[in-house]
Amino acid sequence: MNPTDPTESQQPITSVPSLAQTSAERKKTTTSSPALARIRRHTPGSSKVPDTFFRGIIALAAFSVFVIVVLIVYELIDKSRMSLHQFGIRFFYGKDWDPVNGDFGALPFVYGTVVSSVLALILAVPLSVGVAVFLTEMCPVALRAIISFLVELLAAIPSVIYGLWGIFVLCPLLRVYVQPPLAKYFGWTHLFSGPQFGLGMLAAGIVLAIMVVPIVASITREVLSAVPQNQREAALALGATRWEMIRVAVLRNARIGILGAVILGLGRALGETMAVTMVIGNRPEIAKSLFAPGYTMASVIANEFSEATGDLYLSALVEIGLALFIVTLIVNALARLLVWSITGGTARVNA
Amino acid sequence: MGVGIEVRGLKAWYGKSLALKDIDMSVPANHVTAVIGPSGCGKSTFVRCLNRMHETIPEAHAEGEVKVGDIEVYGDGTDPVDVRRKIGMVFQKPNPFPTMSIYDNVAAGLRLNGFHNRKQMNELVERSLKLSALWEEVKDALHKQSGASLSGGQQQRLCIARALAVEPDVLLMDEPASALDPISTSKIEELIFQLKQHYTVVIVTHNMQQAARVAEFTGFFLMGSLIEFDKTEKIFTTPADKRTEDYITGRFG
Amino acid sequence: MPDPGKSRSSKLSAWRKLANVGATLFAVTSAVLVLVPLLAIFIYLLIKGVGAINWAFLTQTPKPVGEPGGGMANAMVGSGLILLIASTIGIPTGIGCGIFLAEYGRNRFGDFVRFTADVLNGVPSIVIGIVAYSLVVLRQKHFSAYSGGLALGIMMVPTVARATEEMLLMVPNSIREAALGLGIPKWRTTLSITLRTASAGVITGCMLAFARVAGETAPLLFTAFGNQYWNLNPNQPTAALPLQVFVYAISPFDEWHRQAWAGALILIVMIVVAVAAVRIVTSRGMLKGAS
Repeated sequence: MNPTDPTESQQPITSVPSLAQTSAERKKTTTSSPALARIRRHTPGSSKVPDTFFRGIIALAAFSVFVIVVLIVYELIDKSRMSLHQFGIRFFYGKDWDPVNGDFGALPFVYGTVVSSVLALILAVPLSVGVAVFLTEMCPVALRAIISFLVELLAAIPSVIYGLWGIFVLCPLLRVYVQPPLAKYFGWTHLFSGPQFGLGMLAAGIVLAIMVVPIVASITREVLSAVPQNQREAALALGATRWEMIRVAVLRNARIGILGAVILGLGRALGETMAVTMVIGNRPEIAKSLFAPGYTMASVIANEFSEATGDLYLSALVEIGLALFIVTLIVNALARLLVWSITGGTARVNA
Repeated sequence: MGVGIEVRGLKAWYGKSLALKDIDMSVPANHVTAVIGPSGCGKSTFVRCLNRMHETIPEAHAEGEVKVGDIEVYGDGTDPVDVRRKIGMVFQKPNPFPTMSIYDNVAAGLRLNGFHNRKQMNELVERSLKLSALWEEVKDALHKQSGASLSGGQQQRLCIARALAVEPDVLLMDEPASALDPISTSKIEELIFQLKQHYTVVIVTHNMQQAARVAEFTGFFLMGSLIEFDKTEKIFTTPADKRTEDYITGRFG
Repeated sequence: MPDPGKSRSSKLSAWRKLANVGATLFAVTSAVLVLVPLLAIFIYLLIKGVGAINWAFLTQTPKPVGEPGGGMANAMVGSGLILLIASTIGIPTGIGCGIFLAEYGRNRFGDFVRFTADVLNGVPSIVIGIVAYSLVVLRQKHFSAYSGGLALGIMMVPTVARATEEMLLMVPNSIREAALGLGIPKWRTTLSITLRTASAGVITGCMLAFARVAGETAPLLFTAFGNQYWNLNPNQPTAALPLQVFVYAISPFDEWHRQAWAGALILIVMIVVAVAAVRIVTSRGMLKGAS
């Protein structure tokens, strides 16, 4: 006795109006709304033109990315032509940067860039992997969001603020509390000798390390999370302690991705300008000691570009820029390939 | 030669919800015991409590008495890591370590436990692979092929070999053949039958025919409780509880 | 028959336990060590910056060297001008690129574009500054907000594009199909339906890109160059907040150091707000119209 039971309906099907009409009649009777009428009038072919136009504009926007990169390459090569022509390859192993006499050797900057970046990685990688392991394997869920937000915040701090903090907080700290004991106990390595200004290669390495950690840590975290849970279970079921499980089932599986994260961090360190410029001392010399001031490729451009007198000077600086571009290009491309191979192209980097 | 498992008053929770209610069960040594029941009845949870894998899930914990041989699994001084070494586990989806060779996979548990003698390790690896009926197929590629490059059925047999290499007393299997094709499944079932000579096996299965084929004893779980436990033959022909009978005859689950 | 004596040890060795504890300690310490600089920077910014922010700071231009007082008002306005130009260049291009990648780019060519955008993302900002210098400053023979805006705009493109792509991909296909099924052409579907659904996410992506370039100094060093006076003409050298912070920080004057901290504080507040907003929007799930 259910009133909505369909088997009890007494309505014959032909009483439903629209089925009995022709399509012409339907058009006349079913609409009084002008909007609907407009949509009906729209024949399928007429949206082709605007669609193609739109697609064209969008493709243009996408294409602009290529255009930008091509422009970068072109301008860098074009404006460094003079220096390339004059010095050739010995530009990069010449030790003297002498704008006054028009002799430009970029080795001090290459050295400074490499040493500061390597030092930064030595400090940053263990910390980053440690933080990533902590967040994925050990951290209580409630804390996870807060800590990862804080790490993301670290990545967002502008370079100039790191530099500001570096000059006024880190360097005095190094000068008073860190450099003396380093010189006293490890001075025999010749790495910690010479005057202690606070500024210098050590300060630059430390600031760079702080800046690189968020990137390496967040990508490492993504690759660690991508390791399937059943791998962890397999290790635990064999009687592994938590650390052993992490070592055997997680870190080992993720090692290619971690390598990619480290290389990405390297890429960031190589190109970092302001913070390094503010704490490295800006002296184009090659010294063994980490206490000595140095100079990086990015820093010399930052300091001297706007005051460069003469075309050769400018051209030399642009050539350094070109070298920096090529190196970071290769490093970043390599890193992206490694990371994509693990996470399947989904890893997003807030770099 | 094997050991039995005594379970008294086992309870398990996921956060606040009680998943296992006061389980009492005696698993006989050197036999295959099947644990059956509809989805969500707690059979996987039960088995994972036996080797303290249940608590590795966040917010999950268990209480009660579980004795495997002389080991008090939930005893005050007992280290779960130690328990897991003595109780082997094979999972539903084969999970060999993809970055390791076949040899290294089998030896993984040995190495973790500090075992390093080369010659003995070779012997143990060979023995384990023979026990899991994989030796003939992989003996020439032990170091060359990675664990993940094998077929599904072979991977599962590799996981069994890996579990056996550390010489556990008990082998727990959580639906070990449900992700495999019929031919691999029957190979695994044959294997289980052989294994009971040396080990006590507890196998979770949703496939009643499988339970009937391989197990001598069967426990039927429903909604977190153990409804009936007896010889397989009896469970499937003259079950004592009506609920068991309903499940067996397919009225639900 | 298995021999129980061979590989058994009845108790977990002390060494393994120690290693486990050590590893846990290391991981926790790493987390703490990483957060310490963050805390330190914020605390110093607050302590040193708050004291120097006053009405004068926010409304005046820099005083001549040696004189106390003055402010960074022109730098803040200048940054605004440069960022406006940058956004005009970077946001439409970035969104267009993102639309391409999401709607038309699920193929080899799209992969190539994606890869190129990632590569562009990794180019050091100072190199982009060189390019903007070369393209604009050299030709005009003077510094300008335009060149600075161009450099920053270029830097915004990859970030905006990737964020737009991600947000668009999160819009379920059923929505597109519903629109197309109603006879709405693809271009309108993409703009009015798909993009609108993802709009909150796309906006936050733009905010993130904006915040990132707002703090950039290096590319402005020889494009916008800086200016000690008011300037609203985009064709002239223009002051920018991070640039001013840099110049003041490396100067020998204490007064300027104080103001550098103040400028940095303003900068960081803006950035924290942007990052927090992004977090809130993306965690709440921005597709309010989608499900």
